[in-house]
Amino acid sequence: MKTIKYTDIVNKTKELALEANFNLPKDVYNALLEAKEKETSPLGKSVIEIVLKNARVAKEEQLAICQDTGVVVVFAEIGQDVRIEGGLLADAINEGVRQAYEEGYLRKSVISDPVERINTADNTPAVIHFSLVEGDQLHLTLAPKGFGSENMSRLKMFKPTDDIELIKNFIVDTVVEAGGNPCPPIIMGIGLGGTMEKAGLLAKKALFRKIGSKHPKKHLAELEEELLILINKTGVGPQGFGGSQTALAVFIEEFPTHIAGLPVAVNLNCHAARHAEAIL
Amino acid sequence: MQKLATPLSDVTFLRAGDLVSISGIIYTARDVAHKRLIHLINNGEPLPFDLDGAIIYYVGPCPAKPGRPIGSAGPTTSSRMDVLTAPLLKQGLKGMIGKGGRSAEVITAIKKHGAVYFAAVGGAGALISQHIKDSEIIAYPELGTEAIRRLVVEDFPVIVAIDSMGNNLYEHGPMT
Ligand code: SF4
Repeated sequence: MKTIKYTDIVNKTKELALEANFNLPKDVYNALLEAKEKETSPLGKSVIEIVLKNARVAKEEQLAICQDTGVVVVFAEIGQDVRIEGGLLADAINEGVRQAYEEGYLRKSVISDPVERINTADNTPAVIHFSLVEGDQLHLTLAPKGFGSENMSRLKMFKPTDDIELIKNFIVDTVVEAGGNPCPPIIMGIGLGGTMEKAGLLAKKALFRKIGSKHPKKHLAELEEELLILINKTGVGPQGFGGSQTALAVFIEEFPTHIAGLPVAVNLNCHAARHAEAIL
Repeated sequence: MQKLATPLSDVTFLRAGDLVSISGIIYTARDVAHKRLIHLINNGEPLPFDLDGAIIYYVGPCPAKPGRPIGSAGPTTSSRMDVLTAPLLKQGLKGMIGKGGRSAEVITAIKKHGAVYFAAVGGAGALISQHIKDSEIIAYPELGTEAIRRLVVEDFPVIVAIDSMGNNLYEHGPMT
């Protein structure tokens, strides 16, 4: 049994929120560098160059990479042998977010009620996904999720007999319809299977895989690769101005599902694919 | 690179795909501020700024760090303002800055009024903020980031996305 203090979780969450908003992850930066080389449209190339320069300025000046500092999404994986002392885990995470968004001069975009729409003024609550795992550690993954890309995401319940081509079309169409709105080059998270909410969660989780990593199952790794090629053939391009670099990566996460169904969720993330993680 | 100064007069020479740098004054407004402006127009009440030749920037900036006029300030998705745009163009609005495509209705109104829609690079808010030299809230401070701000900008970088002829960068790529 290991004890983790409430205040340590607050401080770590705060650190992660600041880190994520100011420093673009290295794998994303490198993928953008590569996309700049590969981009065939001159305008597309200069857009990616601007995006890369923006990331450098944000890091140097400790400014938000994007002004949409998002709803904070947190994946909290709690080892079964962990005991949290001094308060609730969710409260600690929200306190860390609150402090980061205040002290980091980050935008507060969260409203208290989807109908009444009153700003909570501190960017809480975060959307937290808890899961219990083996061991005595607390693993936090934090992602400020912008809504330009979130709004373009989709979920559809396919029939078990639907051809895989239909599913591919649905995924590619999502990108074409989104156009420049999600700030391409994007990262795609695709959730296959489970139930409705499980598919959404898988898609979100998929967004934070390391760029360059492949799905461990061969047929899904091949599907990821094929989808990336199809998406980059659409011509949407950086910012939707046309070009060959529409997506940096496609990641699939899957889960067993019911004989009668095939849920498919497509979650988009923009080039400002901000996330940070830590283990306590 | 074309250089433009505000307020805008004739913008019919601009073509989709042109790189433009803007200096002068631009105003920020997004969802709720648009609703309120339309409400004022419908009631024949005065607006918080003169729309004639004006540019509206769809942005909800981050708070300013001490010693800076503004925080990160890149464009938001323009299509959310589509149904609230034509009445402003009718009142003399000449330019809009945002990201992503616009509706057929907006494109028709842009053509009719000889206006222009610019795209700024979405997700480049830190870099863009360096071209904003001053910022002042002129209406609806209670809306926080969504308040209407008067920004003084210098060489603010944008791309012509829809020109006064209706050429559309998102549909057809650059004209030049
Ligand atoms: S889609 Fe992403 S990069 Fe674009 S404005 Fe929104 S948060 Fe920023």
